[in-house]
Amino acid sequence: MAKPKVATASLAGCFGCHMSILDIDERILQLIELVDFDKSPVDDIKEFTGRCAVGLIEGGCCNEENVRVLKDFRKHCDILISVGECAICGGIPAMRNTIPLKECMDEAYRNGPSVYNPTGVYPNDPALPLVLNKVYPCHEVVKIDYHLQGCPPPADTIWQALVALLTNKPMDLPYELIKYD
Amino acid sequence: MSELEQGIRQICATFHNDKSRMMDIVQAVQARFGCVSSVALDLIAKAVGTARVEVESTVSFYTFLTDQPKGKIVIRLCSDVIDEMFGMGPVARAFEDALGIKVGQTTPDGAITLEWTACIGMCDQAPAAIINDTVVTYLSTDKAREIVAELRKSGDPRKLVHRLGDGHNAHPLVRSMVHNSIRRKGPVVFADLPPGSALRKALAMSPVEVIRDVKTSRLRGRGGAGFPAGMKWEFTRQSEGERKIVICNADEGEPGTFKDRVILTEYADLLFEGMAIAGYAIGAKEGILYLRGEYAYMRPLLDHILQVRRDAGLLGREVCGKRGFDFDIRIQLGAGAYVCGEETSLISSCEGLRGDPKNRPPFPAQKGYLGCPTSVNNVETYCCVARILDRGPGWFAEIGSKGSPGTKLFSVSGDCASPGVYEYPFGVKLIELLRDVGAEDAAAVQVGGPSGHLVGPADYNRSLEYDDLATGGSIVIFNKDRNVVHVVRKYLEFFVEESCGYCTPCRVGNVLLLQKIEDILHGRGTPADLAYLEQLAKTVKVTSRCGLGQTSPNPVLSLLKSFRPVLEALVKPQADEFLPTFDIRAALGSTEDLIGRKSVVFTP
Ligand SMILES: Cc1cc2nc3c(=O)[nH]c(=O)nc-3n(C[C@H](O)[C@H](O)[C@H](O)COP(=O)(O)O)c2cc1C
Ligand code: SF4
Ligand code: SF4
Repeated sequence: MAKPKVATASLAGCFGCHMSILDIDERILQLIELVDFDKSPVDDIKEFTGRCAVGLIEGGCCNEENVRVLKDFRKHCDILISVGECAICGGIPAMRNTIPLKECMDEAYRNGPSVYNPTGVYPNDPALPLVLNKVYPCHEVVKIDYHLQGCPPPADTIWQALVALLTNKPMDLPYELIKYD
Repeated sequence: MSELEQGIRQICATFHNDKSRMMDIVQAVQARFGCVSSVALDLIAKAVGTARVEVESTVSFYTFLTDQPKGKIVIRLCSDVIDEMFGMGPVARAFEDALGIKVGQTTPDGAITLEWTACIGMCDQAPAAIINDTVVTYLSTDKAREIVAELRKSGDPRKLVHRLGDGHNAHPLVRSMVHNSIRRKGPVVFADLPPGSALRKALAMSPVEVIRDVKTSRLRGRGGAGFPAGMKWEFTRQSEGERKIVICNADEGEPGTFKDRVILTEYADLLFEGMAIAGYAIGAKEGILYLRGEYAYMRPLLDHILQVRRDAGLLGREVCGKRGFDFDIRIQLGAGAYVCGEETSLISSCEGLRGDPKNRPPFPAQKGYLGCPTSVNNVETYCCVARILDRGPGWFAEIGSKGSPGTKLFSVSGDCASPGVYEYPFGVKLIELLRDVGAEDAAAVQVGGPSGHLVGPADYNRSLEYDDLATGGSIVIFNKDRNVVHVVRKYLEFFVEESCGYCTPCRVGNVLLLQKIEDILHGRGTPADLAYLEQLAKTVKVTSRCGLGQTSPNPVLSLLKSFRPVLEALVKPQADEFLPTFDIRAALGSTEDLIGRKSVVFTP
């Protein structure tokens, strides 16, 4: 029987959550026994090759590319998991949500102390994804099945969640792994 | 010394610089200086010897208190669903047009502020508003314009009252246009009792015998929860502490409830008689009537009745000449916070604090007001007590049903021919009541206010009593043209506004429930949302700290239970991967405008 496939993506995140995925250390070998990786920065597969059992999403949606990727994940994955604060609440990128879009753009591309932009145009090459009016947590864009909290969630949490899902067993998370204060 | 400083010193001195009288102090300061300004906060703190933040926390909690100047006249429009059904929308717009401001603003000359406020207890004469302390009822767009013209001319809201209401509403100390609308009298509450007759009978017995009588009558609290009154008194009596307190809960904030208003207007003597009996039974010298701020217009009458009772020896030292039994009552005015009806919040408020509920245990009967054993009962409960002592527990227990002896007042409003207050024996069938009020064709009935249950015709044969359809007394009727989902939205808005914010399930959960109901109303709901609503509602119920959060999801749960087809007709399966609540065009629009090019990924 073919192994179930797992895909991962980093949207508006810092890659810290992916680091945490890799932090499962040598258990990655066990994981490879259980699953194949599909679209993911881990193996640098750029587009889905087929249906996946689980998709792990790091980061929220700050631009249209994030939205496109997230939609693509929803389309290809049976179960979609928001991993980490940014995917769940928007995280640091969402701090801009309290500032009007134009002010953000002006600070970034016109008025910032290190900006040199005599013509005052905003970068607008069609290759650059348009930013959204605000940063959205993933579950406000598509249906998300599970949330794994943490910044980043500990490797053990991610490991336990994946194994539980893939072996269809209840998840056993000790208190230390889900206590954050 | 500035005028403000002098005024504040004087006011604080009136209340013996006692910080537990903070509610009275800040209300008096606001009445005199228009608001409790930042400077005033410091001055009050200094005068009563507390920290500024303590004063500020009280002022910031209550809707009717403010640290920013408002208009000399504040018009508070009732935002309840009933008022909306009877035309508050156009009335509010007429006020806005006539004043040239929006709701929430003050006229540029600082004369008039226009605001929304939660149910003011006038649902049977909606739409209604309170202007300073004056209640105006049966509003229309024409009346709104007349009111503004009159206020601009005289600056005195009391001049708006042309025709006086019935009964004591016309009393020189009240002079209100409010109507009692007593539609059905029963033998317990809406019946005469010569002042002192029940009290004298009680004083002829021992306190323990009085409690025994109340227990024999099987009287249960009329405020909603239905706790046996005699048992509560016994606990309070037996609790340690010399000083004991009797409190009457006249906060009546549950939208759609107004029966206590009618008791206070017409049968205050009966109530005070009951409170004095309670004082005797539990061994208390002090009674407090916690009167909701919206009913401030009745305060002069109530103060007067208390004085008359003192003069007649029914209050004060040696009540009715009974050696060793001193008892008096003071009125504590609230300031517009529904949660203060919850007994532990109410006690906080009486202590001059913000109206946050307290943790239980200890229960108020053990440690209540200022740490003293305290018994809190509803207005109607005390009236029943007086009648029980007058007529005997056996007589009372014969009325009503087995588990719910006595009668109950119902405040009936909404789509019916005769809104008003009805006294029925407990156990009356809902359909009987609907027939009597002229609403047999009702499509939905909210029993017990927003924290109660919304029922449909399938439940009309059930009976109104603790063991079946329990209610603190509110019956709100909706005809077939009303949108029950919208009704639930209005109730959730109420809870979101009134949550004290202490615990997360209630503070956040109610907002999420409201958002989801709004999504569904706007056609952005999916079938999966119904399961989400149910789960979230149950979570809020079981994890909230006080009765507010424990009952606030009831409208949603009732909707899911009794009106599921209505919800199912509103939700649609999701069209693509995007949630129906996510609008990619809206998310990109402002950037496209700013940068001057369209998205190539999500083309319009
Ligand atoms: C949010 C909330 C609001 C309440 N409002 C009132 C009220 O306005 N009047 C009232 O008598 N009881 C109200 N109650 C119930 C009181 O906490 C308390 O149970 C009641 O006053 C006890 O009196 P009883 O035993 O005579 O009914 C409220 C409870 C909650 C949780
Ligand atoms: S949740 Fe933390 S670790 Fe993960 S992407 Fe966001 S900032 Fe980085
Ligand atoms: S349930 Fe609501 S009202 Fe009660 S304590 Fe919690 S936040 Fe406050």
